[in-house]
Amino acid sequence: MGAIWEILPGLGDKLAAHVVLSASAIGLAMLIALPLAVWASRSQMVSRVALSLASLVQTIPALALLALFFPLLLSLRAVFGEGLPTLGFLPALMALTLYALLPILRNAVTAQANLDPGVLEAADGVGMTKWQKLTLVEAPLSAPFIMAGIRTASVWTIGAATLATTIGQPSLGDPIFAGLQTQNWALVLAGCLVSAGLALVADWLLWWIERGIDERKRWKWAGALAMVALGISAALWAQSAGSEERRIVIASKQFSEQYILAQLIGARLEQAGYAVEYRDGLGSAVVHSAVASSAIDISVDYTGTIWTNYLKRADNPGREAMYEAIAAWEARKNGVRVLGRLGFENAYAFAMRADRAAAFGVASLADLAAVAPRLTVGGDPEFFERPEWIAVKDAYGLRFARNRNFAPTFMYDALRSGEADVISAYTSDGRIAADRLVVLADPKGALPSYDALLMLSPRIAQDRGVIAALEPLIGAITVEAMREANLAVDREDAAKLTPKQAAAKLAVKAGL
Amino acid sequence: MEQSAPLLEFDHVVCRFGEVTAVGDVSCVIEPGSFVALVGASGSGKSTLLKTVNTLVVPSQGRVLFGAEDVTTLKPSALRRRVGYVFQSIGLFPHFTVAENIAIGPRLTGEKLPSERIAELLALVELDPALASRMPDELSGGQRQRVGVAQALAGGPELLLMDEPFGALDPITRAALGETVRELHTRLGLTTIMVTHDMAEALLLADRVLVMDAGILVADESPRALLGGQGGDVAQGLVAVPRQQAERLAAMESRR
Repeated sequence: MGAIWEILPGLGDKLAAHVVLSASAIGLAMLIALPLAVWASRSQMVSRVALSLASLVQTIPALALLALFFPLLLSLRAVFGEGLPTLGFLPALMALTLYALLPILRNAVTAQANLDPGVLEAADGVGMTKWQKLTLVEAPLSAPFIMAGIRTASVWTIGAATLATTIGQPSLGDPIFAGLQTQNWALVLAGCLVSAGLALVADWLLWWIERGIDERKRWKWAGALAMVALGISAALWAQSAGSEERRIVIASKQFSEQYILAQLIGARLEQAGYAVEYRDGLGSAVVHSAVASSAIDISVDYTGTIWTNYLKRADNPGREAMYEAIAAWEARKNGVRVLGRLGFENAYAFAMRADRAAAFGVASLADLAAVAPRLTVGGDPEFFERPEWIAVKDAYGLRFARNRNFAPTFMYDALRSGEADVISAYTSDGRIAADRLVVLADPKGALPSYDALLMLSPRIAQDRGVIAALEPLIGAITVEAMREANLAVDREDAAKLTPKQAAAKLAVKAGL
Repeated sequence: MEQSAPLLEFDHVVCRFGEVTAVGDVSCVIEPGSFVALVGASGSGKSTLLKTVNTLVVPSQGRVLFGAEDVTTLKPSALRRRVGYVFQSIGLFPHFTVAENIAIGPRLTGEKLPSERIAELLALVELDPALASRMPDELSGGQRQRVGVAQALAGGPELLLMDEPFGALDPITRAALGETVRELHTRLGLTTIMVTHDMAEALLLADRVLVMDAGILVADESPRALLGGQGGDVAQGLVAVPRQQAERLAAMESRR
């Protein structure tokens, strides 16, 4: 666990981004919730509608809420123009603000409803205007309850802000997601520790403000408020000190290979003198649109993914034809430049433990169909929704006893422990060889090819320096080299490497 | 000699809340300097009528004239400075000190009450001026109600409205505070209207007693006239209670 202490100092910029994001969301939620609460205290209707809507938002899982803002903002570009950011700070802020509304709103409305009617009558009796009544009586008497709501909102928001990583906003979720994907538990723990620590500190400071208001001790609440302000300013300063010009943003999806390739690409660009920035752990669907909109500059995508998801094609014209069609389509439709193929394929394949495959006498997908009703199939969270699965299922008439979802990293564990009999593996995955898995043949060619592509956003599509730095990668990475690098990151023993170390090793192997 | 102009006039005042008529057509004139008790059972409309004076309730029909002006045309904060208001739930602001509570009325019209004036007001209601810096929850019920009276007097009102002011107090505190208020009324030359359901209190403190029943004014007599049997059945029913109590106490005393 000593590794944690080495990771912690490096999380400073993630912490700063996390603080700025959380504080902005809570601040914005207060700006919305407090006037709304005042309005709600004057009208039953408003109260009911506002509280129901805020409660409804709470029922949406935070991860889904964050993801939903991407298509929403994308469609709003029709109104606000292409400059509207669809990833990163803006959608994260909006989703977290919605999430923070309920506790603030509910406490403020409850506090107002529970004010002593005698005191309110007295306010009228001495001739206060509505505004005086609000500022001199209602607000000060409700303040401790409202602060309690703000405290709850803060703890929730700081926790939920770790999920902002998935939509490309740097946060303390970065080490957590990266660690989960590469099974680097020290990294996960470090991210959790810092985010929990931040939540505790915020809760504690806000508690002092709450107590200070309640006990009418100015030094108490003013002191705590000053410390909150100081923390936010420090985070803002740390953030602004870091970003002076636009860097080249490299995306990675949520599996080890993507982390390694992002590091490989980043290292080459840095050697060429570019400043780079990584957006790790993005949702697969988000990445493609993000590159098209130049929110992200470089990604590694796969021919089969683009073919089925974006060209909406179900046919299989063969590897070369598919690549040519995609490169032309991307250039025409999105202005995205497909620089070339990296040289290996990361196709979907069905894998079984060698002993199980032998016991059932399965060597191909056609064999599998006969025994499938007795077996459990495991897939990554999106697999059973993908057209590839539907194509295979239809082509071979596959019907399993159970379909189960696993995070990609855990699928192999599930296979080992017998929780799954067959999994949707990836051909570049090092664990196929390491675990001596049998990859089932696809005699009907139902699964499309998945050549890894290097994608450049319209912003840098013509950037000669970038192209010169990255062109040597084209065709340079064999599937064996990729498997080895993936295994090095995924393994749990002493030989485990970080994605950065694995990328350096891969570069040597590829002769770069 | 010219007759003194009325300070306050209820002119065919009607207050309806939906289907319920709380006050049904009340007309009456209050002379300056008088101490008027407004007596009636719960729900007789006496509090509602009182609140039409400082516009906490606006009549559905009719007018309330203060001086010669319709109260609804006056600015609430200015009106309520000229009309002190004391009520049963006391209504001190729990987050203000005693001094801040007393000074709130003038503060709303932009005047800062000096600490000498606050000490003076506290002395007026027979409280130790050292209480100025205390919070309301550090005071006894009687002390709080005295602060309530000081708050009502802070703006130098011409008219003092009291809505069951002593309802929540124990009998001894209640009697003492009643005396204090009556003395202040005379000393400051106030006009006072006190709502109460206690006829004994009304008879002892007021120089004019109005009796309300079901939203209607059913009697308007001096205490002496009421004790002399005037004012009709409802009023006499209310007078009978303390009278019988007094007679029984006197009888017990004479048998000793």
